[in-house]
Formats: sequence, C-alpha cells, structure tokens
Amino acid sequence: MKNYIKFVAIAALGLVACEPEFDKSVEDGDFYSSGEANFAKYVAVGNSLTAGYADGALYRQGQKNSFPNLLAQQLEFVGGGEFDQPLTNDNLGGLTLNGQAIASNRLTLSLVNGNPSPTPIEGQPTTEITNTLTGPFNNMGVPGAKSFHLLANGYGNLAGVSAGQANPYFVRFRSSENASVIEDAVAQNPTFFSLWIGNNDVLSYATSGGVGENQLGNLDPTTYGSNDITDPNVFASVYAQEVDALMASASAGVLLNIPNVTDTPFFTTVPFAPLTPALLGDQLPVLNATFAQLNQAFAFLGVPERAIQFNSDGPSGVLVHDESIPNISAQLAQVLQAGGLDAATANLYAQQFGQVRQSNENDLLVLTSSAVIGSLNESHLSVLMGLGLPREAAAQLAVNGVTYPLQDQYVLIPTEQEDIANATAAFNATIAGIASSKGLALVDVNAILNEVADGGVSFDGGLITSTFATGGAFSLDGVHLTPRGNAFIANQIILSLKETYGSDIPMLNVGDYNGGPAIGE
Amino acid sequence: MKRKLLSLTVFLFAVSLTYAGGYRISTQGQRALAMGHTGVAVVNSAELAFFNPAGLVYLENKLNISAGVTAVNANVKWQNTLTGQYSETEKIWKTPFYFHASYAVTDFLSVGVSVTTPYGSSVEWPTDWAGSHLVNDIELTAFYIQPLISLKLSEYFSIGGGPIYVTGGVNFNRNLNRNLTDEQGNRSNVEVDASGVSNWGWSASWMFNPTENLRIGFNYRSEIILDAENGEAIFSNVPASPLAPVENGTVGFNASLPMPAELTIGLSYEFADKWLFAFDYNRAYWGVYEDLTIDFIPEDIPTSKNPRNYKNASTYRFGLQYEALDKLTLRAGYYYDESPVQPGYFAPETPRNDSSGFTGGLSYQITEKLAIDASIAYLRFDEVDESYDHYQENGQEVPFGGTYKSNAILAGLGVTFKL
Repeated sequence: MKNYIKFVAIAALGLVACEPEFDKSVEDGDFYSSGEANFAKYVAVGNSLTAGYADGALYRQGQKNSFPNLLAQQLEFVGGGEFDQPLTNDNLGGLTLNGQAIASNRLTLSLVNGNPSPTPIEGQPTTEITNTLTGPFNNMGVPGAKSFHLLANGYGNLAGVSAGQANPYFVRFRSSENASVIEDAVAQNPTFFSLWIGNNDVLSYATSGGVGENQLGNLDPTTYGSNDITDPNVFASVYAQEVDALMASASAGVLLNIPNVTDTPFFTTVPFAPLTPALLGDQLPVLNATFAQLNQAFAFLGVPERAIQFNSDGPSGVLVHDESIPNISAQLAQVLQAGGLDAATANLYAQQFGQVRQSNENDLLVLTSSAVIGSLNESHLSVLMGLGLPREAAAQLAVNGVTYPLQDQYVLIPTEQEDIANATAAFNATIAGIASSKGLALVDVNAILNEVADGGVSFDGGLITSTFATGGAFSLDGVHLTPRGNAFIANQIILSLKETYGSDIPMLNVGDYNGGPAIGE
Repeated sequence: MKRKLLSLTVFLFAVSLTYAGGYRISTQGQRALAMGHTGVAVVNSAELAFFNPAGLVYLENKLNISAGVTAVNANVKWQNTLTGQYSETEKIWKTPFYFHASYAVTDFLSVGVSVTTPYGSSVEWPTDWAGSHLVNDIELTAFYIQPLISLKLSEYFSIGGGPIYVTGGVNFNRNLNRNLTDEQGNRSNVEVDASGVSNWGWSASWMFNPTENLRIGFNYRSEIILDAENGEAIFSNVPASPLAPVENGTVGFNASLPMPAELTIGLSYEFADKWLFAFDYNRAYWGVYEDLTIDFIPEDIPTSKNPRNYKNASTYRFGLQYEALDKLTLRAGYYYDESPVQPGYFAPETPRNDSSGFTGGLSYQITEKLAIDASIAYLRFDEVDESYDHYQENGQEVPFGGTYKSNAILAGLGVTFKL
C-alpha cells in the first residue's frame, strides 16, 4: 500500500513537471532570423527623436518608449543584446545645472479654464546634468543635436553649456569632456546602428518661425546660429563621415531620413485664419472701420493685396509681419498724413503696418502662436505708452495678430517654407545616396509621415494621424513622437531590415503603446 | 524520466483527464475522477450525493461518507508569432474539496448532504502582460451545499434530489485598457471583488436498474445565477486628471455570473465478476453565459460589457473499475470535453478549448469501514490559434489573439467511510 501511495506521489510530480509546450516556440526563437545582419551590439545615434524625447522634455517613460529601445526589444529575438539608455532621473523631464532649472518639465494635457491645454507637469526636476552617468550607452540620441554636432569634440563639456557651445543632454553621459557623440558611439564597436540626424538642421529654423538664416553656401558650421538652416554640402560631408565612422565596426545599419516639417502638428494645428467673428465679437466692425482708412492708403500705394479686412461670416487671417515684402512705412506715413491723419498717428500706423499683410493659406502658424493670438502684447503696449499713447489707445493697437502683427517667430511664410523644403530634399537625397552606396537599410520617414499626415495609417485600434494631441503619432510638443509613434517607426525599421538584410524580426503591436495625450494635473 | 513516468502511469491506470470546459471543475469524488469522472450510474459510495442522489438509497450501508481534496494545477501558455510576445500563467495549486454523506432512514428512504465546489477558476497571468487589458488574474469560487433525499420506488427505480444553496465570490483584476498609465508609467488598473454572493437552485435525479448488472442514471442540476450586488471595484494607477476616464478609488458595482445547468445521463455495467464499465454523458447549458457585464454604480463610469457568447457543450466520459485484490480496486478513465467557448470569444480568463482527460486511481480498503481513494488526472488541450475579438477601444473591436497551449494536472486523495 505504501508503495502505491509513493507511486502516485511520484507520478503526480512527474506530471506536474509536464508543462505545456508549443510545437514551435516564440521564446525559443523558432520563428525568427537575423538574416545577413548581426544585431549583437546595437548603437542608436541621433537627436531627440532617437533619445525618446517627448512632450517637450526628456523623461523616463519617454526614453523607455524610444524607438531604439523598442526596436532593441524585438532584436533580442534575433541575437540582440542588452540596450542601455542614459535614463533621466524622473518622469518630470526638466534638467538642472547646479540646482538651477535649465529645461522645463514635460507637458501634460490638463484643464485650463475648462479647456484641455498642454501644461508643464508640476514638480521639481531632479536630473542634474553635472551628475555624469557611467556608460557606455547604446542610445546615443542627444536632444537638440544637428548633423555636424555629432562630430564636435567637447559637445558634452559642461563648461560650454552656458555659452551654447555644448549640449546639456550630452554632458550627462559623454565619456569625457572632449568626446564627440560619434566617438562615444564608435568606441562601443557596434555591429548594427541606426542613424537619424539632420532634423534639427531644418527644424530649429522652422519651429522658431524662420527667425534664423538659411546658411546655403556657408560651409563653416561654426559660424551658424542655433536657428539656422544647415548648408546641404556641410550636411552631406558630415553625414558621410558619421556613417563611415559607424561602419568601421558595424556591418549593418539603418538610416532614417528627414520628414517634412509641414507634416507635424506643430505647423498644422493652428489654422491660417484663426480669427472667427465670435472671437472678435463687437470689435469686428470697429476694427474694419479703423482699417478702412489704412486700406485706402494701401490701394493708393498700389498694394491693395495688403488690405486688412475681418470677415463677419467666416474666419479671417491674422496680421503677420512679412519680411519678404517691401517695407512701405515711409510712403504709408505720407499717404496717411495726406489723408488727414496727424503726423504722430500717421507715423505710428506706418511703423506698425508698413510690412504687414493678413495671413493666407500659404502661411503656417506655429503651434506656440495659439497662446498669443488675440492676447495683449505687453512689450508693444509699453513701447506705445512710451510714445505717449494713453493706456487704452495703446492697448487697442497691441493685440497680437489683430492689431499688432504676429512677429516672425510665429509664422512660417512661403519663402521660409521653401528654404526648409529645399534643404530637407537635399538632405534626403544625401541620405538615400549613402544608404544605397553603402548597402544600408533606409527608412523613408518623409514618405511615411506624409502618409500619416495625409489621411492616416491604420492599426488594430483605429488610425494613426498627425492631428495634434489626439492623432496618436505626435506628443504634446507637436514635433516629437508618442510611444505609439515610436513603435510605428520601430516597425518601419523592422520592415526595412527585412528588405535589406532578409531579417525576420517580430513586429511591435503599436496598439499596445499609448497614442493618447499625456494627461496629468 | 518524466515521459517514462507518464507512460508508466498510462500503462498502469490507463489514465483519463478531468476538468471541464468553461469554469466547471470536475473533482467531486476521487472514485469518480479516477474513472473519467463518471458516476451517474455507479453505486459505490456517498459520491452519489453529487453524481446521482437517487442512487444513494441503493447503498448497502446505513451511513456512508466520502470526503476528499484534489490538488489542481492548470497551466496555460500563450504566444503571438507576429509580435514575439509570449506569456504563461503562474503555477498555482488549487484545492477543491468535496464532502458527501448519506444515511439510510429506512430501506426505502435515505437522506444525505453534499458540499462541493463544482465551479471555480483560478488564472493568474503576469501583471501587465500583453493581454492584461482583458485579465491579469481571476479567482472564482462557488460552494454548493445540498441537502438530499433519495427514495426507492422499487428494486428497479429510485428518485432523488434536493435544494442547492450556493455561496461564492469572485475577484477579477485587469488593466483599464491597452496603454493608459499614471504619471510614473504604471498601468491603470481595476480590480473587482465580490464575496458572500449566494443563491438557491435544485437538483433532481433518477436511477433505473433493469438487470442485476446494468444501471442507468439521470441527474439534473439547475442553473444558478450569482448576482453580485454592490461589490467593490478599485481603480488604481489612473493619472490624476479630470481628463482621465475614471478616478482612482473604490466604487460599487453589480454583476452576475451564471453557474449553468448540467444534465447527466449514463450507465454502468458489471461484467466478468470484478469489472465495471461506466459511461456518462454531460450536457452543460453554458448558453446562459452571454456576457460578463460589470455595471459600476456611479453613473459616469461606463458599464463594462464583455461578450462571452458561450454555447451549450457536451462531455463524454468513460470509466473502468477492476477489483484487483480483496482490498484493492483499480480505476481508469477517459473523457472528451467540449469547450463552451466559441471561436472569436477565446478570452484568456478561461482559455479552454476542447480537451481530453486521462484519469486513473485506486481505492485501498484499510479496514472494513475505511478506505482511502486516490486519483490522478491529466488534461490535454490541443495547441490552438484563437482570439478574443470583442474588446472595444474607442468603439472599435480590437482582437487579442495568438496561440494557446494548456494542460492541467490533478491529484486527489479522499476517504470513504461506511458503517
């Protein structure tokens, strides 16, 4: 009897150990292959998009959802190794330098006066850039980096941060003060790399509304301002050097090209005609009556297209300062004076409206303009009051976009857009050429995001579009990707690796990644 | 070694598997379990109190008691070859038990009581796994307490039955959706808990003995709906924002979970002196389980409606008993269990496809009054590609699917006492 009991016990134990087993197991890697590529050591090089920057800040959750980190998870199925990232200290975003905040917290959508608005999350940031992390790090994405910055020695030198010569994000994890981003990447001997750089070479110009300069023809990037467009030859030269450096050890890599800035919600959310009759209210007829006088002068001067008129039956454009049209202040002052205005008022109007027109369908108003349109411009108010205007009269002439033209930083006018588009096309031609000549995989982000912006791309939970906050692709800063957008890009890379190297890598389920706006208090 | 032991087991006991579709757990008697959980026409012990109360009156002894406990370990693995995601449930041992007793008041009337846990489920996936928007873990328990009478109308025919009191509880945890997190990246979660939920049902049965060797039995247990009223739902890790779909905290909810009706008809046949063959056919009326609806009491929290759309399902059970020695009885069995889950409704909370059960066991008569009963069972499920297609996200149905592979192991020990 005892023996029987013992037997039953042993049999039971034997059965317990009998776990269910799949015929072919994902866990054992029965389904996937690396193809001709070796993914053992993946190093990602780039800017904020590679770093996992989102919602206007670099924070932990954003970094965990960076496309290189998501890609690395999938590469583990085909021999990929550990993927280390220079994680920030918290989920607030923000940076401090010796305790002083030098970058603001991430944005979350919260209710401001009953309306959902992107607002920096509350809290004291704890990511102190003087606390240098010990690397190496597989994710070498440095927010703000332009193409030529990756080669710049000392780009992570704390001493250069205040002068704008160094990058606070790179200060956190560079191997030494004099190191360059590429040197630190190459030192890891990657077998596989991703390079997504060049966005900031046009984007900083674009997001600043074109206040910088197009450096076309200037081959010395050390003379560039931070908001300038990089010369395409400079780009081509540094880009080739970077790819060559990475390919010293890597036999495979993927290059990602530059999207059109006009496909991002930062430039497509605020309509070119944001002034509705409801917004202007009973001011509308008063404004039109006031501008009628000015419009006569414009007509007299042969520029009737500059006439300012607010529609009572539909939205109207804002007043913009357009540096590409002739400044007619002097003539305007004369005509206005001849029309009966006193000299002081005529001069004032002529100064304010001499290089101004109403925005039209060819203009792009940047996302940040939505916060200023229709609000009182305090600095202009004090200027006018300094000229002796009573406060009330001054205030009437200092309403952003209504009586006071939006300044350059809020509007991308057609000539600026053209400069951006030309540079983007030139950069992308360089990237495609190098991908082809080096046999590297290429992800045409430009075409892909164009598709996202133009109707959207479907996934199992609906559509990914470029609609601000709710479209699923872009985070609350209107430029950087959501976790879902990052998963989508990682999938595009996986597809390109299949095409170039015959790699079979499982795709991410993009629906598992948040595409909704970050929310919080 | 494992395989060898297994084949040895199969050889010795000619094993069968016993667990059933949905959240039915067939462990209501070690003697029955060892024979493929047959018993509607087997007059053998107080286990009849569950399988066929009408048969109690044919037991030879005045007082019969059967009690036992079964260790159940169910394992489920899931993988999705498109995404490379994979997971498996935690190895938890559950211990459903039974207690049956009958007392012969006269030679034509017996009374009895049965306490069992025929419905239950315990599935625990790793928290935040790929299907966590459907379930992280679930624990369902229901105690059936049934007073019985058994009435002999003749040597050939008897009837039995009685009311059933059910008391149970459920604890269910899932993430709010596929990707919402709080400010720190923790997945937003809801846990619903209801305990002490009770209701009444009944069972009725008959037994027919046309010859000395042949018995035919019939048993019906009614459907019992457990209505959880004002249970507790706890929302956690929801971002603190008026824009979030719900707020962190505890709210009440109402929900109901059906214990479906079950009809059994079967026979047993004694032959060659020491042998007994038994066959049971079960029909479980799972069609009653249309959806799992959790109605949160605050108006502003939308009702969570989860279609289940189960279908009625059958189980075919075969058992064999051999009196090997004076004091030793060997048993073996097999059953085929149809899953009530229909294609496209394969939710990871009860991931059951059709299965085969291989069972075996023995009884050893320690004294004239006391025997111990042992059983083991192995449930085998085919590898299946299935999905649950009725999870909604922004009004759109989002399937969750992949390949599932399950098994379950049961090992039970009990005693039979006769006086």
